[in-house]
Amino acid sequence: MAFSLYSLIQAALLCVNAVAVLHEDRFLNKIGWGVDQGVGGFGDDPGIKTQMMNLVRSVRTVMRVPLIGVNSVCIVLLLLFG
Amino acid sequence: MDYSADQSGFRQQPNILARNSSMDASDASQLFEDTSGARHGSQAGYKPQTGDHGFPGFSDPMSNLAMAYGSSLATQGKELMDKNLDRFIPISKLKYYFAVDTVYVGKKLGLLVFPYMHENWEVNYQQDIPVAPRFDVNAPDLYIPTMGFITYILVAGLALGTQNKFSPELLGVQASSAFVWLVMEVLAVLLSLYLVTVNTDLTTIDLLAFAGYKYVGMIVGVVLGLLFGRLVYYLSLLWCCAAIFVFMIRTLRLKLLSESAAEGRLVRGTRNQLRMYLTMAIAAAQPVFMYWLTFHLVR
Repeated sequence: MAFSLYSLIQAALLCVNAVAVLHEDRFLNKIGWGVDQGVGGFGDDPGIKTQMMNLVRSVRTVMRVPLIGVNSVCIVLLLLFG
Repeated sequence: MDYSADQSGFRQQPNILARNSSMDASDASQLFEDTSGARHGSQAGYKPQTGDHGFPGFSDPMSNLAMAYGSSLATQGKELMDKNLDRFIPISKLKYYFAVDTVYVGKKLGLLVFPYMHENWEVNYQQDIPVAPRFDVNAPDLYIPTMGFITYILVAGLALGTQNKFSPELLGVQASSAFVWLVMEVLAVLLSLYLVTVNTDLTTIDLLAFAGYKYVGMIVGVVLGLLFGRLVYYLSLLWCCAAIFVFMIRTLRLKLLSESAAEGRLVRGTRNQLRMYLTMAIAAAQPVFMYWLTFHLVR
């Protein structure tokens, strides 16, 4: 498979977009992935599901604004260069 | 906003090596021998003295002054750029990974191809700082992966040439393709380490180094395959895959598993089981990549 660095960046952008679109109230809480439902104990083993939920929430919070810029740049590049 | 990294058990002991930057002078002598003959102080401060002819042929004090000003400006600009670059790419940390010598490289290459006789896989520490690779054969380095990557690209070009498929753009395609796979592998390992909440002092650069060790096996396989034919390629690749598998398991076992599990005793519990599976998955991914990146080269 011939990958280039740009296709990696595009794939990463698409994945982050996918995580950013998950709405907390309408979706994550419905399937039991809302962070307020999660916290079990404060033991030393959060478990994979809690880690995933934390990761989703962190990505959504941190990447909300930068994604606007990066998406715009990507759209412009795709329009100009195909 | 007390979520995210605080609750996770996965902590990379941050910047053990950042302490190195605080003791630059002595550290530089530990990592690298100072082979420069010039005194460092003579370059930094060139004090302009009117009437002092710094260069033959420049008898004008004004141009002397201009020369001195220009050189001091250049030095300042260089220092500024170094300081800013250090924020993005931790150059001082990278220096640790390139502090190797020939004996280390030889031993490490031997380990990568034949890890079965080596007994002690622990990395020596010196007051919380891992010893430089030239003093400890178990420490990860970045020299072998970098050289291996470049050699792999050249060997791939050679192999494609024997199939009459070579063109210069293909070198770039091979290089970026292999690099992308490397980056994806490191990201996948980082993600799985985060999810399994392993307390380890493996840094990202360590993972990059471990992922880059497979290039040695790939090069051996492809070169032998080009010289002696497909059967030898498959045999040597099989040998190198097994060797890398054992190498990764023995190295990662000490870093990822808990103390007692690493010594070989069977420890029950889902956490240790999960960590064992993770170690085996990381080690098993190496042969897969080794085959995937080389099978189209030897036809």
